Amino acid sequence: MIEVRIHGRGGQGAVTSAEMLAHATIEEGRYAQAIPSFGPERRGAPVAAFARMDDEPIRLRTNIYRPDYVLVLDPSLLGLPAVPAGLKPGGMILANTSAGEAEAREVLQGYRGRLALVDATAIAYRVLKLPITNTAMLGALVRATGTPRIESFIEPLRERFGRVADRNIEALKAAYEETSIFEGSGDPLPAGA
Amino acid sequence: MKSAIPKTVVVPPGHRRVGMEDSHAAALAVRQCNVDVVAAYPITPQTHIVEKLAEMVANGELDAEFVPVESEHSAMTVCVGAEAAGARTFTCTSSQGLILMSEVVYITSAMRLPCVMVLANRSLSGPLSIWCDHSDVMSIRDCGWIQTFAENGQEVYDLVFHAYRVAEMADVQTPVILNVDGFYLTHVVESLLVADQEVVDRYLPPYRPRHSLHPDRPVTMGAYGVPDLFTETKKAQDEALRATYPHIVRAWQEWGDLTGRHYHPVETYRTEGARVLLFTMGSIGQTAMVAVDTLREQGLPVGLVKLRLWRPFPHEDLRRAVAGAEHLLVLDRAVSFGGPGGPVASEVRSALYGQVDAPVVHDFIVGLAGRDVAVPDFEAMVREVLARKTAPRHEDYVIYGARE
Repeated sequence: MIEVRIHGRGGQGAVTSAEMLAHATIEEGRYAQAIPSFGPERRGAPVAAFARMDDEPIRLRTNIYRPDYVLVLDPSLLGLPAVPAGLKPGGMILANTSAGEAEAREVLQGYRGRLALVDATAIAYRVLKLPITNTAMLGALVRATGTPRIESFIEPLRERFGRVADRNIEALKAAYEETSIFEGSGDPLPAGA
Repeated sequence: MKSAIPKTVVVPPGHRRVGMEDSHAAALAVRQCNVDVVAAYPITPQTHIVEKLAEMVANGELDAEFVPVESEHSAMTVCVGAEAAGARTFTCTSSQGLILMSEVVYITSAMRLPCVMVLANRSLSGPLSIWCDHSDVMSIRDCGWIQTFAENGQEVYDLVFHAYRVAEMADVQTPVILNVDGFYLTHVVESLLVADQEVVDRYLPPYRPRHSLHPDRPVTMGAYGVPDLFTETKKAQDEALRATYPHIVRAWQEWGDLTGRHYHPVETYRTEGARVLLFTMGSIGQTAMVAVDTLREQGLPVGLVKLRLWRPFPHEDLRRAVAGAEHLLVLDRAVSFGGPGGPVASEVRSALYGQVDAPVVHDFIVGLAGRDVAVPDFEAMVREVLARKTAPRHEDYVIYGARE
């Protein structure tokens, strides 16, 4: 089972990206689950959402405490202790940032594990004309994991976004192309995390 | 764009496999039951169910009257009136909405109107909370409705059909509440099997009320209950609710025969040789299965008993399911303030009272207002039970994980 935790701010589509991930996975004939972690629904407040993917039916129905992948939709959240918390050995943080590897690791408080970086905000402004980064960050996840396939997102995105689906698919593809992956030193977590 | 489905996924005849939010699955099932009237007032976490139904009515996908009432009291009242006139109805609420409508909830069952309600379980205020627990349904425990619980999206979908099938049976004529945990079910997207309309039509006949209001055939419904009749009326109501049990089981059997998905008043998971049995109701039963697997791998003989039917309470099934275990660890999602522990444990203790070799009941109140109950929590509770030197008294309980 692959477990993904998504950090964003209210209004950035963290819950929607978990749902799209689940839909795309189910589209491929596998099992998936998207769970929102609802805080007070305030625009701009930090929120988390969760997605699980597996070849077997999924029975676990809790928040995710030991993620394989952590998606960070907003650059200002990168420094939060909640971001690397519980990351599995060999796990990966996927960050929306314009920073390079060294700077990103510094903001992540010395994180040394696997890291994927993409400037999803720039992509979102370029493609969607809005700073909504959730579909772009799904592209980064596909690049890092190889699953689900980009094509599997097309139906779910059409269903959800209607007229603007094509631009979201474009943002997803752009992020897929523009994501850089850094393996790091192999230690998943900085000291004390 | 559809890829080949792996061999592990078997789509039975008359079904298609979809990814869907559980709320939308509930709404789809209500639509497939071809209801005539939907009356509801929005409240988190019930909202997605009712919004979807409103959309279906607006789009012409569901030929029903959608009544956007000004309160839950009116929602239930509209359903009562419409049901009395012979319509198939649906309402849906949560928490504060339920207690606002509770006056009419009791009247619905006394009038033997086969209404169906989905209750998206959420804690009662205060303090104000939108998250899941079972304090709302426990506030109307004795309302005289049949009450069932779902554990996952498939069950939410399937149990809607069961609710209408049972409620409207000529020998039942009793309303049904389907409990669906808020957020843990209502807001989860997962894969499930959706039945073709033809399957539903074979299962659920059109609603033919035994009596209905019509100017040409005058009847009295909701009459005054003078002291000379009230006791007999209540005795009849109690006997009628108890007598629904075989019909509830039969309706599950029929659904199982049609779809291959079988449901029972009490269900068990890996109970063979178990010293400790977990006892759950609702969505935490899913995680509890993972906890049982984990504990069994550690060599601890643990199993799981799940209550699907809360009213009428399945005493005999429960006694059979727990026979032979030493400890029964009951997980309650509500507090009975100043009472004998959580409401579920109280019922379980009553069912087992005086039984020879009954397991010792340990009551843990968990998951209040969405507090997550994860696998390590189950492990911690099981270890605490096994470490206890003396059996708890009947009135003992633990509010698990509460910080002092």
